[in-house]
Amino acid sequence: MSTHHISVTINGTSYEGDVDSRTLLVHWIRDTLRLTGTHIGCDTTSCGACTILVDGKTTKSCTMFAVQADGRQLMTVEGLEQNGKLHPLQEGFHEEHALQCGYCTPGMMMSGLALLQHNPSPTEHEIRVGISGNLCRCTGYVNIVKAIQYAAEKMQAAEEVPVSAGQGGE
Amino acid sequence: MYGGDTLIPGSFDYLAAHSINEAVALLDQHGEDAKVLAGGQSLIPLLRFRLASPAILIDINRIDGLDYLREMNGTLHIGALTRESELDNSSLIRERYPILFDTSAVVADPVVRNWATVGGNIAHADPANDHPATMLALGARIVAVGPAGERVIPIEEFFTDLPFETTLHPNELLTEIRVPAPVQGSGGAYVKLERKVGDYAIAGVAAYITLDTNGNVSYAGIGLTNVGQAPIKARNAEQALLGKPLNDAGIHQAADLAAAASQPISDTRGPAEYKRDMVRTLTVRALRKALARATGGE
Amino acid sequence: MATEVHAHGLGEAYKRKEDARFIRGQGNYVDDVQLPGMLYGDIVRSPYAHALIKNVDISEAMKVPGVLAVITGKDLDAAGLAWMPTLSADTEAVLALDRVHFQMQEVAFVVATSRYAAADGAAAVEVDYEPLQVVVDPKKALEPDAPLLRPDKKDKQPTNQIYHWETGEREATDADFAEAAANGVVVSQEMFIPRIHPAPIETCGCVADFHKATGKLTVWITSQAPHVVRTLFAIVAGLPEHRIRIISPDIGGGFGNKVPIYPGYVCAVVASITTGKPVKWIEDRTENLSSTGFGRDYHIKAEVAADKDGNVQALRVYTLADHGAFDAAAQPTKFPAGLFHICTGSYDFKNAFVEVDAVHTNKAPGGIAYRCSFRVTEASYLIERMMDSLAYKVGKDPAQLRLQNFIKPEAFPYRSALNWTYDSGEYEAALNLAMKNVDYEGLRREQAEKRSRGELMGIGISSFTEIVGAGPGKHFDIAGIQMFDSCEIRVHPTGKALARIGVQTQGQGHETTFAQIIAAELGMSPDDIDVEHGDTDTAPYGLGTYASRSTPVAGAATALAARKVRDKAKKIAAYLLEVGEEDLEWEPGRFFVKGTPGKGKTIQELAFAAYTNCPPYLEPGLEAVNYYDPPNLTYPFGSYICVVDIDRGTGEVHIRRFMAVDDCGTIINPMIVEGQIHGGLTQGLAPAMYEEISFDEDGNIRGGNFQDYLIPTSMETPHWETDKTVTPSPHHPIGAKGVGESPTVGAPQAIANAVVDALSHVGVRHIDIPIAPWKVWSILKEKGLTSD
Repeated sequence: MSTHHISVTINGTSYEGDVDSRTLLVHWIRDTLRLTGTHIGCDTTSCGACTILVDGKTTKSCTMFAVQADGRQLMTVEGLEQNGKLHPLQEGFHEEHALQCGYCTPGMMMSGLALLQHNPSPTEHEIRVGISGNLCRCTGYVNIVKAIQYAAEKMQAAEEVPVSAGQGGE
Repeated sequence: MYGGDTLIPGSFDYLAAHSINEAVALLDQHGEDAKVLAGGQSLIPLLRFRLASPAILIDINRIDGLDYLREMNGTLHIGALTRESELDNSSLIRERYPILFDTSAVVADPVVRNWATVGGNIAHADPANDHPATMLALGARIVAVGPAGERVIPIEEFFTDLPFETTLHPNELLTEIRVPAPVQGSGGAYVKLERKVGDYAIAGVAAYITLDTNGNVSYAGIGLTNVGQAPIKARNAEQALLGKPLNDAGIHQAADLAAAASQPISDTRGPAEYKRDMVRTLTVRALRKALARATGGE
Repeated sequence: MATEVHAHGLGEAYKRKEDARFIRGQGNYVDDVQLPGMLYGDIVRSPYAHALIKNVDISEAMKVPGVLAVITGKDLDAAGLAWMPTLSADTEAVLALDRVHFQMQEVAFVVATSRYAAADGAAAVEVDYEPLQVVVDPKKALEPDAPLLRPDKKDKQPTNQIYHWETGEREATDADFAEAAANGVVVSQEMFIPRIHPAPIETCGCVADFHKATGKLTVWITSQAPHVVRTLFAIVAGLPEHRIRIISPDIGGGFGNKVPIYPGYVCAVVASITTGKPVKWIEDRTENLSSTGFGRDYHIKAEVAADKDGNVQALRVYTLADHGAFDAAAQPTKFPAGLFHICTGSYDFKNAFVEVDAVHTNKAPGGIAYRCSFRVTEASYLIERMMDSLAYKVGKDPAQLRLQNFIKPEAFPYRSALNWTYDSGEYEAALNLAMKNVDYEGLRREQAEKRSRGELMGIGISSFTEIVGAGPGKHFDIAGIQMFDSCEIRVHPTGKALARIGVQTQGQGHETTFAQIIAAELGMSPDDIDVEHGDTDTAPYGLGTYASRSTPVAGAATALAARKVRDKAKKIAAYLLEVGEEDLEWEPGRFFVKGTPGKGKTIQELAFAAYTNCPPYLEPGLEAVNYYDPPNLTYPFGSYICVVDIDRGTGEVHIRRFMAVDDCGTIINPMIVEGQIHGGLTQGLAPAMYEEISFDEDGNIRGGNFQDYLIPTSMETPHWETDKTVTPSPHHPIGAKGVGESPTVGAPQAIANAVVDALSHVGVRHIDIPIAPWKVWSILKEKGLTSD
């Protein structure tokens, strides 16, 4: 088993550590760095509860080794709120009752974020495609679609630059 | 699986290659002890279930310049590390290679597609993977680089008749896939029947045809997904189409032959009889769509 | 008990208070708990469905760096813990001793300093098995030459049959069937509802933390019923109950999966006691699907006797219940088949008779789970399928047949043929509303027109009656503990309140809805009332959240506790305003003197006075507690209509439209109710078309991970349409009935009925769920209806 020293930027903050080659990225984030907003829901890369952004791309962090993240920019749910201000997605999820138990929510919001960065005005179908890698058992998806539509409108209206990995704050 | 919290992989040594030559040298050095880590979306789950336990993992994601989509001189060159999502987002693929656009859109789910690579989907040689059938239909060529240099393998010679096995040597790296650029009168489609998004195919059919100026079929390629031990090229169905107009009768005849070429097993996706019939139905649908695209109807 | 409904607080789509932490990724789930010196546990499991254990060799595992201990069945046996009681009067193995009974059964528990070391340790434990003959077919389990699967209880139970249970009037029912056979109509159908699994996105787990110095055991645990866990730990493990603290923190979905006590929990507790360190055990998804509480697995034969016009007379049901290796079904003890005998549904049957035979097989233990209200999913499924069968038999439209057979509004409270007293219902109104919303007549016209062109379109109806809110202590207990529930409210001097309840949310929004109940009673803002639960050291005793009981039982306790607070506040107001209580009137938030509205005291002023200027004849402070023993269950209901189109080439079923009209009585928060319905419908869609756990003849599980167990994504899930009627419960303090499971109860048969309806014109009468494309195609092929 090899060990590796890695440097990773997460939500704009640098983290360093030594990891075994087989340490999964999700375990390093949760257990070592104590960023526990990213969750584990399955063992076959199916559920998406562990979804984060790696260099701006949604990634199932249970299907990547921590060592693969060396030198990369990551974003987790903890990076959505900036300077005490909620991201429109977080607002949308709250306003539209798009979460119940909250367990799939971080991963779902990260997929929503990536979708809106790529497609600022998605149709309902495009939203459903965009979140089809994230499973939810509580909400039946209807309000999650509405939450992402809410965020899309808010972001268009404010002409905000969508938050991307590496943009300030913790 | 009978003991393993959150499915922890076994031990291995991790090495990152930064160039094709470095990767090849490592593969040459470690041989059967090593596995290439590309997207990892198939390999890492296998490692977690301890169904594969390579001693060495060679990460090729740090190799620059292996992900590209370039159409040059009558050929589309796809870098092996091209992610499925890049095909999803490519106007070149959507407009000129809709059969590939159809295919990448149904690989797993959108998150997995950010990391899963076209090269990996083919090299992993899972008969349930989607690109092999499409590449068989297109008559693609695989570029492999080994210690002795580069060689080009026609796709019909790339898969064996066993799952997870290719004619790549253990010390070779798949670096590029070459697809013929579309000519006038050509069109293709990939149709996948799946139980839900993210599942493997119940059956999948890729069909690619070219009509000559007389309206007769001058090229026909039909590939089948997940209805055999390996990806299947439906040769008899292809042959039956050649030299004739592509009409409904011809489509149905080819569909019957494609179904006959399939060797599905019964499982939770359905009985073998059903899957064989789906090959027939999906071949009809794929050929109709290919025809519409070939004649500018879509 | 009068039903008083207050405008303020109830019926508001108040945004959820609990969202704040979840949208920031700051929920506190069990796997987020990390304590100093914490160890990790991992379980060695059997690959065989039935085998003797010849030897367990832990020597290699003990050499793995980081592994501290490996607990085996023998170790637990020495402490009397190798077996533990289930919630259904059976025992189950914690760690197998001499044999394993199902694939993935727990055999040893490895304790190590890290997750990864524990996994390596588990992989290194060597177990010698001698495979035995496997039984996966419950019918075969009952054959005389079947191997005895539970020799451990052979004196008490010499066969694989666990129990025979029956209810109703056999003779009167048989007489009705004889009459119908002669002069009326009899329809009969066999149905198999396969095993499925609740599969919440968060799996089960715990952190057990025993402090030697204080003798206190604290366990963070994914439990829907923390108090019950505490009491059972005390009884079974012999630990003093006042030194056990169970904490259910944030829970990522339960759906009944997190009610039972699992071997992993017990092992973690033992490991913590033995090592004196905290021990975390979190199962992975494969373990969750393969070994924890499943739902359904009912083989049903149902028959309906009716007159020639389709008026129902009698219902007769026989069920073979497959409970797996141990009967670990989570249900009230006096009802081994749960509330299955609600199966006369919304219809006025004169007589009924139900029999259930339960049997062991070599499969994971359990039986009752997955948002089922204790078997109401199975009950509702069968009756709604039978009503359609009856409709086809007598040549009537399925909606018309239901309307003519509904229990009429004036019949409530209605005593069913199987002795349930339904509290209230307006079944016709709900079905008529659903029909109007979808333009039912228009759909039938469209169907006829499509049929003439060979297109297959179906319309399915489900007019279900639910039974929830368990329940009156005289009849309902979990492991002997009566199924009351509780609320304790404390109002602080500055007018803010803290409430603690005995139920346990796993996403249902209790921090908001229960605050709204109190807000309505006291005229306060829900923002000024914080609701806590899940910590058994502080929360009043409750039986937990499952079977949609929180609003009916704890919600009632909450309203009544709030009224006690208001009653005391009134006494303080009378004292301060120097009038008699009879001279005071209440408006939300305030008592005032009758006729002099300007002379009053707000609830905040009264709270302050309780601590600063309390009447000398009253105790200071402003708090109250209520333990509520419900007088009856509640009966939410609804009508669902599903429209499907069938692809004749592939057998795929496309749900074009799904209209859900629900009636849960008084609605506390319409936004939360709608969310519950969306989620429940999706968990009704899933069993109808996707989910199934099955076994090959060697007992190997199929569907033991999320690749094979098909959870619907956003692409398979339709855009649900919802509407409502409101028929309060006459016996509930705020008229609320509960809603969480109505959609899982009502939806599957709406979909199944629609698919059958699409094919009814060619004689199809039933398709077993899950309705997979290959099943539909097989029928199309048989009927010569396949195409491209």
